[in-house]
Amino acid sequence: MKVLLVDDEHELVSTLAERLSFRGIQADWATSGEEAMRLTEKNTYDVAVLDVKIPRISGLELKRRLHAKIPAMKFIFMTGHGSEDEFRNCSAETGEGCYLVKPVNIEDLIQKMNELMNASEVRS
Amino acid sequence: MVVWKKLKPKFWDYVDAAAGPFAHLFNFRRIWQLAVLLTVGVAVVPLVAITAIDYQVTQKSIESEIALRTSRLVSNTRRAVSFFLAERRSALDFIVRDNSFADLNDPERLQSILKNLKSSFGGFTDLGVIDPLGYQRNYAGPYRLEGVDYSEQAWYREVLERGVHISDVFPGFRQVPHLIIAVKHEVGSGAQFVLRATLDTERFNHLISHPEVVGGGDAFLINREGKLQTPSLSHGKVLDTISLPVPSFSPNTELIETEDGQGQLNAIGYAYIEDTSFILMLVKNKKEILKPWYKTRLQLMGFLAASITIILVVILGVATYLVNKIYLADQKRITTLHQVEYSNKMATIGRLAAGVAHEINNPLAVINEKAGLIKDLFSMREECARDEKLMNTINGVLSSVERCAKITRRLLSFTRNSGVTTQRINLRETIHEVLGFLSKEAEYRSFHISVHVDEDVPQITSDQGRLQEILLNVINNSFAAMQDEGHLQVTVRRHKEQSVSVTVKDDGCGIPKADLERVFEPFFSTRAGKGGTGLGLSITSGMVQELGGEIRVESEVGKGTSFTITLPIQTEKKEKPSNEGSLGR
Repeated sequence: MKVLLVDDEHELVSTLAERLSFRGIQADWATSGEEAMRLTEKNTYDVAVLDVKIPRISGLELKRRLHAKIPAMKFIFMTGHGSEDEFRNCSAETGEGCYLVKPVNIEDLIQKMNELMNASEVRS
Repeated sequence: MVVWKKLKPKFWDYVDAAAGPFAHLFNFRRIWQLAVLLTVGVAVVPLVAITAIDYQVTQKSIESEIALRTSRLVSNTRRAVSFFLAERRSALDFIVRDNSFADLNDPERLQSILKNLKSSFGGFTDLGVIDPLGYQRNYAGPYRLEGVDYSEQAWYREVLERGVHISDVFPGFRQVPHLIIAVKHEVGSGAQFVLRATLDTERFNHLISHPEVVGGGDAFLINREGKLQTPSLSHGKVLDTISLPVPSFSPNTELIETEDGQGQLNAIGYAYIEDTSFILMLVKNKKEILKPWYKTRLQLMGFLAASITIILVVILGVATYLVNKIYLADQKRITTLHQVEYSNKMATIGRLAAGVAHEINNPLAVINEKAGLIKDLFSMREECARDEKLMNTINGVLSSVERCAKITRRLLSFTRNSGVTTQRINLRETIHEVLGFLSKEAEYRSFHISVHVDEDVPQITSDQGRLQEILLNVINNSFAAMQDEGHLQVTVRRHKEQSVSVTVKDDGCGIPKADLERVFEPFFSTRAGKGGTGLGLSITSGMVQELGGEIRVESEVGKGTSFTITLPIQTEKKEKPSNEGSLGR
């Protein structure tokens, strides 16, 4: 499973990527939407974990662009805000349950990724 | 007092609990008083004035009518009495002119004249002819009076002087009251004689005591000394002296008012009868004659009293009703203002809390990951993994992060609710969540808190945020009333078919009975100046109503208070898909 992490908090994504790699999940990270798009030029990912609020381009917009590029990619939103509207928008975009409020327990995150992967495998 | 308590309108004892922009614009009691005073004044003053004028006019007209009638009666009776006497005098005059002295000296002739007089005029008792020397030369009548010498008597001299004499009434020989009429006749060449007749007074009395004349009073004749000449009803017998003063002479009929011995006011009509010493008097008790007036007066007063009563009742009713309406409208206005203010406040707090939560969540996430990484790294090195102290420390950091996360999530879940949106709610969870906010205070003050939810309580559909606010307000209120180590009991029960009740019972100071009705009024606070705004319970009540429920309070001073919130299981608002559990995890 290859994962793309996007969050403007450098310390967060880098550490999270490292921790995921300890658990056998290959994770690349980006701190901006542009950087994320660049990464997808070279690689494909199974799952993208996106912050809802990143500079210049919103998490939702980034999700749409990434989805256009790699339709098979799954998405999980991560937020520090947790507002009702945001929850509704993100749920509409990705489906129920793919919306996590920071700080996130890494085990929960992995479980969610696995659920998404399994679901897509079942479907395929 | 009991009646007043029942009738007392709501606004009467209203005291502005708040100052500032939400203070009442009106002093309701003063508005009521002003309205009542002005309308009563405008309505009652003209009524009283009109009644007073009518009173005066009616009294005057009745009095003058009575006076007029009395005076007419007196003058008519006087004329009748005068006519009676003049008639008899003229009859005698006719006899002396028609008969010569010699004729009249014939006893038979005199007898026949007396007989004719008796049958035609009536009232004549005897007739006597007195010669120029004053001796009675001839007499017809029941007594033997021939030869009596009258020459020295006063009446005889008066007849000679004035040509006629009408005597006062006197008892005479038979003790029957009668009077004398005597006329003089000059034969020519200076010779003269006098014809004298005695009249009994019965017909005379009849004239005066006629019921039409008396009319509820007392009518009689007196002479100039005040001696009664005819019998009276209440002033004595014939020839008694009356207790009233003799009225002064007047050629006309006069009306006077005098007070008798018993302090009674009498209206007296009197007239001097010409050529006699008689005075006709008609005495009426003023009270008696004014009886019709008293009746009218009573009716007038009754009407006035009834009108004023009706006016007062209507004005009081209308004024109270209207001022009460204004009061209620004003209350509504204030409540609305409060709610707006409260919503604004909540929105501000919401924005602030959300901002803070967001700002904290990001660094918290970094700490979480960094600490997690340290733990991961330690776990990979055997000597570190075995170091319990190290692992405990790092686990301590992680659990603290978890605690902080819980706090920020609670803040977010509390503030994200704006506007009523309904969802399925597990009341037990909601209550524990709310108690979680207050857990620190409860811990510091050693409160004993128990939550009991009956087994058959279903999930309800309601607005989570509103419900949290309601419970938070009510529990906060209980906390404020409780002593340290107090007890708080939250009980949830099924209430009837379609609702549940949440009872929050504390053993705090309680609410006095007088305040109990007002606790849900805006700005009513017993903690004014001590941090209480008086908004909590009024807003709470508003929110409970918004959710279609109701809130009740029972309290006993010193024992504690219990708030019972009844909520429908199903609110009629549109349900939104459940997001329970997915937000935090």
